[in-house]
Amino acid sequence: METIFGVPVVALYGQLVLGLINGSFYALLSLGLAVIFGLLRVINFAHGAQFMLGAFTAWLLLNHLGVGYWFALILTPLIVGLLGAVIERTMLRRLYAADPLYGLLFTFGLALVLEGIFRWYFGAAGKPYTPPSDLQGAANLGFMRLPKYRIWVIVASLIMCLSVWALIEKTRLGATLRAATENPTLVQAFGVNVPLLLTFTYALGVGLAAFAGVLAAPIQQVSPLMGSQIIIIVFAVVVVGGMGSIMGAIVTGYMLGLAEALTKVYYAEASNIVIFVIMAVVLLVKPAGLFGKDA
Amino acid sequence: MTISSPLEAPAATGVNPALKFGLLGLGLLGLIAAPWLGAYPVFLMKFLCFALFACAFNLLLGYTGLLSFGHAAFFGGAAYFTGHAAKEWGLTPELAILVGAAGAAALGLIIGFLAIRRQGIYFAMITLALSQMFYFICLRSPFTKGEDGLQGVPRGKLFGVIDLAPSLNMYYFVLAVFVLGLLIIWRFVNSPFGMILRAIRENEPRAVSLGYDVARYKLIAFVMSAALTGLAGGVKALVFQFATLTDVTWQMSGEVILMTLLGGIGTLIGPILGAGVVVTLQNYFATSQFPVTILTGAVFMICVLLFRRGIVGEFYASRLGARLGFDLRR
Repeated sequence: METIFGVPVVALYGQLVLGLINGSFYALLSLGLAVIFGLLRVINFAHGAQFMLGAFTAWLLLNHLGVGYWFALILTPLIVGLLGAVIERTMLRRLYAADPLYGLLFTFGLALVLEGIFRWYFGAAGKPYTPPSDLQGAANLGFMRLPKYRIWVIVASLIMCLSVWALIEKTRLGATLRAATENPTLVQAFGVNVPLLLTFTYALGVGLAAFAGVLAAPIQQVSPLMGSQIIIIVFAVVVVGGMGSIMGAIVTGYMLGLAEALTKVYYAEASNIVIFVIMAVVLLVKPAGLFGKDA
Repeated sequence: MTISSPLEAPAATGVNPALKFGLLGLGLLGLIAAPWLGAYPVFLMKFLCFALFACAFNLLLGYTGLLSFGHAAFFGGAAYFTGHAAKEWGLTPELAILVGAAGAAALGLIIGFLAIRRQGIYFAMITLALSQMFYFICLRSPFTKGEDGLQGVPRGKLFGVIDLAPSLNMYYFVLAVFVLGLLIIWRFVNSPFGMILRAIRENEPRAVSLGYDVARYKLIAFVMSAALTGLAGGVKALVFQFATLTDVTWQMSGEVILMTLLGGIGTLIGPILGAGVVVTLQNYFATSQFPVTILTGAVFMICVLLFRRGIVGEFYASRLGARLGFDLRR
């Protein structure tokens, strides 16, 4: 059997694929955080809870309304995004004038409430979500066999990340958005409805988290705790990447997912903390983050 | 977007000293008498531990303007250190607590050194991530006994003489540590050093331009806050006679933020009041099915939206507070 540094090649590939999948979630979530932070200057602590909300909405749609995976994949981000818009309109908006730390504290409270409510109703145990029938079974890639659903997750997240990148960097809406990030007062003076833009941006970021949640539902157990487990790691990803660049957030997400997977292969004990270690090293070497501009 | 304003932290100045010390004396008398008035000593001790924790945390948030989301590492870490020192090394309680505080200070030095390289929300995220790393280390390392935690930590004999096993003895020991901790914080905040910290909070670029080595001041404040948090965590380990993973989780870091925010960021007694409210609520809901996180989260949201200055801060800002001479300075 072929080996690389004493590890069978097949096992290594398997872990790398898992790393890419985790990386997909890190990328989608840190992308959402970066989009929100870019315009609103708010770190959305509730991002993990909204990821969980996405998974639960898909689960509820399937089990109570009989709405299948593919519809849920489109419907869920819209529902959760709308909820985000309501929160932004009614509450978050009042905090823009205050220190950004208050935004963090507010969304932290929101995360606790959301997680608490779902724990109350559904208990802490995870709920299974079967992947859609078209994506069941495995595909043979020549060098290894891989469950079809995992391939789908990687492809879907890549497409989504690149679409959001294109939306922000290549379209007229994105140009307005970037302009509003630089100078909201001036953009408003040009007749752009900046408050609406802020609501849209928050809904977009939240919708991305929900999309990631639906993708994650068949892989992880749908559980109220799935959000808080991932959000702290995503914060570390964001510190490593720096929030200045959209592409930076995406690339860092995939990279750290792979780094975590490699650690699992060669030194499993450290796999839980490797991302934090990388963050510490980056802080020592390049405090602004790999792609960051501001300190 | 508006330019970020500093955290709204009031400073009480010009209050009639007789009124101020009278109130403080009354509070202290109340705490001394509390066990005789029917209050449950273990509850009181829990309250005092968290009150000291919140005050130590406020030293950093209220007086230096740094929001740490990782103080559970110092609180829970010190509980492990103290528990280990008392149980495995057989140290007397006062030495065991000092070991806890020293350990927390060392941990604070490492985490603080990394975290002060960034500011604002990045600082919060970095402290959160590093404390989560410490959590995973605690989860795995044999010295913490993993999921079981350190059980059966002996309270021991204070200075080898006074037995702390009776709740009342323990209570007065905890009260003494609490008062000592508050005195240290009070002295620290009102020293020239504390003034420089406030200057950094109000306007960091200006403090830099005045020639202050801001990073060093921040680091010292961080380590100081971590050490005092360790004091609280160590005492808690002796009170409950165990140290577990609960105290190291990020939820615990959130709790101390809530206590400080609710009571009043940057006030001396606000965090004590906040700790009292939160601990009481937790005790009340501990037996019910209702998950307390919903309540905690809701209080967070309401507090941030409606009264950012906290209970004490709003009182200072009110007409009555102003008449009594409390001054709300931004």
